Amino acid sequence: MTKYMLIMRTTDAALEATKDLDFEEIINAMGAYNEAMMNAGVLIGGDGLTDPSEGFVVDFSGEEPIVTDGPYGETHELFNGFWLLQVGSREEAAEWARRCPLGPGSKLEVRRVTDESDFADYADNEYVQKEAGWREQLGTA
Amino acid sequence: MDDVSGTLDALWRIEGSRIVATLARVTGDLAEAEDLAQEALAEALRSWPTTGVPRNPAAWLTTVARRRAIDGWRRREALDDRRRSLARDLASLADDVWQPIDDDLLRLVFTACHPALPREGQVALTLRVVASLSTAEIARLLVVSVPAVQQRIVRAKRTLSEARVPFEVPDHTEWKPRLNAVLTVVYLLFTEGYAATSGDRWVRRDLADEALRVGRVLGRLLPREPEVHGLVALMELQASRFAARTDAAGDPVLLADQDRRLWDQAQLRRGLAALDRVDALGRGRGPYALQAAIAACHATAPSFAATDWERIVVLYDALLALSPGPVVRLNRAAALSMTTDGTRPALAEVEAITAGGDLATSHLVTSVRAELLQRLGRTAEARGEFLSAAAQATNDRERAWLEGKAAKLAPS
Repeated sequence: MTKYMLIMRTTDAALEATKDLDFEEIINAMGAYNEAMMNAGVLIGGDGLTDPSEGFVVDFSGEEPIVTDGPYGETHELFNGFWLLQVGSREEAAEWARRCPLGPGSKLEVRRVTDESDFADYADNEYVQKEAGWREQLGTA
Repeated sequence: MDDVSGTLDALWRIEGSRIVATLARVTGDLAEAEDLAQEALAEALRSWPTTGVPRNPAAWLTTVARRRAIDGWRRREALDDRRRSLARDLASLADDVWQPIDDDLLRLVFTACHPALPREGQVALTLRVVASLSTAEIARLLVVSVPAVQQRIVRAKRTLSEARVPFEVPDHTEWKPRLNAVLTVVYLLFTEGYAATSGDRWVRRDLADEALRVGRVLGRLLPREPEVHGLVALMELQASRFAARTDAAGDPVLLADQDRRLWDQAQLRRGLAALDRVDALGRGRGPYALQAAIAACHATAPSFAATDWERIVVLYDALLALSPGPVVRLNRAAALSMTTDGTRPALAEVEAITAGGDLATSHLVTSVRAELLQRLGRTAEARGEFLSAAAQATNDRERAWLEGKAAKLAPS
């Protein structure tokens, strides 16, 4: 079994369009989707993010990092939330992703989560060893 | 990515159990339902590469299976009246009969783990129809050949048909033993993966993950059954230690020596949450929940030495009252030996277990005794016991490890 992250990416325009929809309908559609994954025993985590206007960007293009408040002017894709699934195959992750109730302007990026096997060649690295300790402190894994 | 058979496998993983369960409810026969489902899958493999994957693949598969059921019974009408009338009835059934309902899946789980089946058949059938895995995948996980898996499934289906096992959820008089059978099968799958000493480590982990997945599904189907959540808690907590249980060479690392930083904290928290669900139901802790509570003591301890051993002994006392047995007694003795001044009483207890004739030939009891003798400074005896344990060990890794323990105690 492998963990995959489904990353919701959506444009400003698509986000704007959802403001005309009944929010409760969105909650119901997402809720049913999440429940289906719970019932199948594959959902192990996830969270949604608040409106991008609350966010800000730190840009490393120049000499010094520059902090810019959101929203970000020109339309591009925004990272809007994620699900963490544990499934048997890449295709199964794709199948769950297909079922997500998203509309035009939205995409799901599906990425495999690293596990210990990805760092097998670096087991002696000081930071690879330290990371396990950090995970313990952070309560993440 | 658009490989049809891969997509079909994934779809089957998600929808298969509900499709088989619905077919079984309508036909009243799980074996028949499984055959029909396989035929529908074969048809999908034939036609989807040219037609593309249909918009609602689950409905497509159900429709094909349903058509095949009716055709098949019509063709075999010479066989008996029951099939003829069934075909007539099915053809005239309203569409909504073929819609899956929640109870179908529960019936499926109980039928796959029916007591009429040998354990081997229950395990294979559960992986086949509940976890919706292919025979090739089941063979990989159980480390047996594909024909062996096929044979187990064919036999299991035949047994169910011959015994006329009804496709239903057991009534309240049978509920407890039947539920226990289901939990036993799931935990057996898990321990097969968790404690396996044969096969590739990742394969075993996959099998344990599969058991967890079925356990989580059960937790959703039976939210009011404390032992279901207890089993999920136990599996999550044990699996959270997977990464720390073997070293780079693949040798086992005992709890005392494990690097606790390698424990999967997210999984550990899921286990604790499942244990909270048990307690929230307010109906006490059964054997699985008690074992989970013991695992939780280890999981939340900052170190082996700082573990709340007194509490673990109390939990073992409760477990012994519910499910007495030499292995539980031995584990309790091991925990007792870690409490203040507990080594001597623990040794007495281990000797009492051996004197009772239980586990006499098991390397487990001998190695615990060796460990306790070593702690009490009775080195020569400890060394002898480690060597005896090595002689009793059933696999090379454990034998080598025990011989190593003995070698360290050799007089210099």
